[in-house]
Amino acid sequence: MGPEGMRFVDEYRDREKAQALAANIATLVEPGRRYGLMEICGGHTHTIYKHGIEDYLPEEVQLVHGPGCPVCVIPMGRVDDAIWIAEQEGVIMTSFGDLLRVPGARGSFLDAKARGADIQMVYSPLDSLRIARNNPDRRVVFMAIGFETTTPSTAMTVLRAAAEGLENFSVFCNHVTIIPALEAILASPDLHIDGFIGPGHVSTVIGCEPYRFIAEKHGRPFVVAGFEPLDILQAIQMLLLQLRDGRSEVENQYTRVVPWEGNQRALQAIDEVMEPRPTFEWRGLGWIPHSAMRIREKYARFDAERVFDVPATRVADPPACQCGEVLRGTIKPWECKVFGTACTPETPIGTCMVSSEGACAAYYNFGRFTRLRVRQAGSA
Amino acid sequence: MCLGIPGEVLTLDVERPGMATVNVGGARRQVNVMLIEEDGVQPGDWVLIHVGFALAKIDEEEAQLTLSYLEEMGQAYRDELQALAESRID
Amino acid sequence: MTQRTEEEVLERIERIRRRRPRITDERITLSHGSGGRATHTLIDALFLEAFRNPLLEPLEDQAVFSVGAERLAFTTDTYVVSPLFFPGGDIGDLAVNGTVNDLAVSGARPLYLSAGFVLEEGFPIADLRRIVASMAKAAESAGVQIVTGDTKVVQRGKADGCFVNTAGIGVLERPVRLSAAAARPGDAVIISGPVGDHGITIMLARGELGIESDLRSDTAPLTELVSLLLDAAPQTRFIRDATRGGVATICNELALASGVAVVLDEQSIPVRPEVRGASEILGIDPLYVACEGRFVAVVAGDEAEAAVAALRSHPQGAAAAVIGRIADDPPGLVLVTTGFGGMRIVDMLVGDPLPRIC
Repeated sequence: MGPEGMRFVDEYRDREKAQALAANIATLVEPGRRYGLMEICGGHTHTIYKHGIEDYLPEEVQLVHGPGCPVCVIPMGRVDDAIWIAEQEGVIMTSFGDLLRVPGARGSFLDAKARGADIQMVYSPLDSLRIARNNPDRRVVFMAIGFETTTPSTAMTVLRAAAEGLENFSVFCNHVTIIPALEAILASPDLHIDGFIGPGHVSTVIGCEPYRFIAEKHGRPFVVAGFEPLDILQAIQMLLLQLRDGRSEVENQYTRVVPWEGNQRALQAIDEVMEPRPTFEWRGLGWIPHSAMRIREKYARFDAERVFDVPATRVADPPACQCGEVLRGTIKPWECKVFGTACTPETPIGTCMVSSEGACAAYYNFGRFTRLRVRQAGSA
Repeated sequence: MCLGIPGEVLTLDVERPGMATVNVGGARRQVNVMLIEEDGVQPGDWVLIHVGFALAKIDEEEAQLTLSYLEEMGQAYRDELQALAESRID
Repeated sequence: MTQRTEEEVLERIERIRRRRPRITDERITLSHGSGGRATHTLIDALFLEAFRNPLLEPLEDQAVFSVGAERLAFTTDTYVVSPLFFPGGDIGDLAVNGTVNDLAVSGARPLYLSAGFVLEEGFPIADLRRIVASMAKAAESAGVQIVTGDTKVVQRGKADGCFVNTAGIGVLERPVRLSAAAARPGDAVIISGPVGDHGITIMLARGELGIESDLRSDTAPLTELVSLLLDAAPQTRFIRDATRGGVATICNELALASGVAVVLDEQSIPVRPEVRGASEILGIDPLYVACEGRFVAVVAGDEAEAAVAALRSHPQGAAAAVIGRIADDPPGLVLVTTGFGGMRIVDMLVGDPLPRIC
C-alpha cells in the first residue's frame, strides 16, 4: 500500500517476478501427476491465502496445511488451566493477542476478562516482565506459546527475571517443538505429501540440519522458506525441481535470514531454562513424546505450574470438532461438518477457526471466495 | 510462530546493554539483541524481529542474491514472452 | 452420509451469513464495542429489535427526518477512548469532531451539539479543563455551538477518568439523499486520506506495546471536505466517516446494504509508512484500523475524477484517492485485489483487530 516501500518485504511481493516463477513452476510439473506439498507453518498458510498464491500454481500442485500453528494445537484443557490461573487472587495474566479469543471449555480469555479476570495483552514477554516490575504486589503470569521461534524469547525473559531477582513473575509454558510434530505427520498413513515447505522462522533458531531425516529417511524434499509470496513460490519451485530430478534434500530458500546452523545462543538459552516434557497433548495429534518444553527445576520459581496448583484439566474436544483432522491435513477446512455453519470466526468451536493463521480461518476469510470464483469461471 | 519482521537498528542502548532501538517504517520499538550479539550489531544493520527479540541479522548480500535470481528468472520470462509475441507476426 | 461438495458448503455459508443475527453471548465483552460483527449483532438483535422504527432501520450513523419545511440530521456518539490525551488531540476533540462528522457525512450543515460528561471521582479538574478547552476550540473550528449538556460523577473505578457523550443536530440544505443502500455497479469508492492514523496512534499511546512513532491522530471536522465533494460530485451515493472498524467495516456495511460487491485495490489505499510499519510489527491490517478524520465515499463513476481533484485541493484531502469500485457480483462481499495479483475477501471482523505473533 502506498508509494513508500518496506525494505526486505516489498521486493519479495513483486508481481512480475511471481508470474515468472509461476511460468517456471508450470514447466516443472508432469501433466496429470498429483503433487501434495505441505506447508507446515501457520505464517505460510496466512501468506498463501492473503496473497492468493494458489492462483499461481498449476492444478497438479496441491498445498496441504500442516500443524504449525502453535495456537491451533493447544488443547482446550490448557486454555482452561490458564483461565484458572488468571482467576486466582492477585494474578495478572499476560498473553499474546493470538490467544485472547481461543475457546476453552468455559470460554476464552476475553470471556474470562468479562467475568472480572485481569488479563492484559502483550506484544513481548519482556512487556510482561515490565508489568511484573511495576506491580510488585501482584502475581504476573506470562502465557507462553509458540514453536522454537518464540521459545528463546521466553527463555531469555526468565533469565532476565532471575538476574533481577523478581519474585512475582512466572511462565505458563506451552512451547512446542516442530520435529516431533513432523514425525507424527510422516507416520500418518492417510497422508500423501511429496515435499515440505519448511518453517522459515523456526529454522532461524534450530537451523536446517534437524530436517535431514525427512529427506534422507523418508525421501521427501524439504525447502526452508521465507514468508513473502515470492519466497513461497521460489520454495515450491525448488521442491518441484528436486522431485523432477529425483532428489530429496534439505535446501534453504530463506538464505537472507536463516543460517544453516541456526542460532546457538538461542538454543543455549532454551537449554538453560527449559527441558523437554516426557509427553504433551496436541490438539488433533494426540500425545507426542518430547514434543513440548517445561521449565527446569532450577527455575521452578518462574514456573506457573509449580507456583500455582494448576488443575491440569483434560477436556475432550467438542464431538463436532474436526480440528484434529484439519491439522493433520487429512481433510480440508470445508470438509469439516461444522465449517461455516456452527463453527465460524464469530462463533468458533475449534482453534483452527479462531487463530488468524488457522487453516479454517484462513480458508473462511480468504480462500472461500477464490474457490467461488474459480468454480464460477469453470462453469462459465 | 512466524511473525518476524525486518527492522533497521537505529541505536544501541548504552544504559541497557543488549537492548537496541529498531525502526520499522517509522514505528520504533526496543528490541533485545542479545541473541545475535556475537555477530556484532551496529546501527544501520537490519535484523529480523519477533516478539521484541532479534533472532537473526539479515544478510544483505544473500537478500540481493535471491532478488537477482528472481530478477533473472523474471528477465528470462519477459524474454520468452517477447519471443512469443514476436513469433506471432505472420 | 452424503459428502457435501465444496460448492454446497460455500453456498450454505452464504445463506447462513444472510440470516438475521442472533445474540448468543450472556455477557458483554470488548468485542461488542469494536464496531465489527459482534457490535452489529448487538445493535441488530437487541437495540433495533426493541426500538424498531423506520428512521432507525437503515442503521446509518445519523437519522434524517423532516420538521416542517426543514430536513434535519440527528446523531449521537459516546467517547470512551483511553488514553484521554494522545498525540494529535484528546477525547474532547474526538467528541466534537466525531459528532460533527456524523452530521456532515449525511450532507447536513452541523449546527448544535449537546455534551454529557460522566466523570470519575478523583479525576483531576485540570484534565477536565484541558478536555473542555479542546472541545471549545474544536467547536469553533467546526462552526458549531455546544448548547446544552449534563454532568454526572461516578465512584472511583467506574469511568476510566472521563466519558463524553455528544449528540448533534444539523440541517440539510442540499437536496442530497445519501444512503448505504444507494451504491450501484460502476460507482467508484473514494477515501479522503491515509488510513489508520488514529487507531494506531491510540494503540501505541497506550504504551503496552512499547512501540513509538511520530504518528498523530487524524481527528478533524470534515464539513468542508464533504462540501467540496458534494459540489464536485452531486450524484454522490454515500459518505461515511471511517471510525472504529476502519475502512473494511464501512465497505462491508455498504456491500450488505446495497447488495453489491465492493472491490478494493490494495495498492491504491493510502497508508503512512508508520502505520504500515506498526501494522506489520503487530500483524494487523490497516483496513480495519480506526480513523477519526477520514471518510469513505461512493460516487458515480463519471464523477470520480472531479471528486478526487476537489478533495485534493483541500489540505485535509491531499492524499484522497479512488481505492475501488462497486461491482454487482458477488453481492454483499468486500474483495481486495492485492499488489501480487491475487484477490481475497475482506470480511467484517468479529471484534477489534488483535496483534498477533504467529
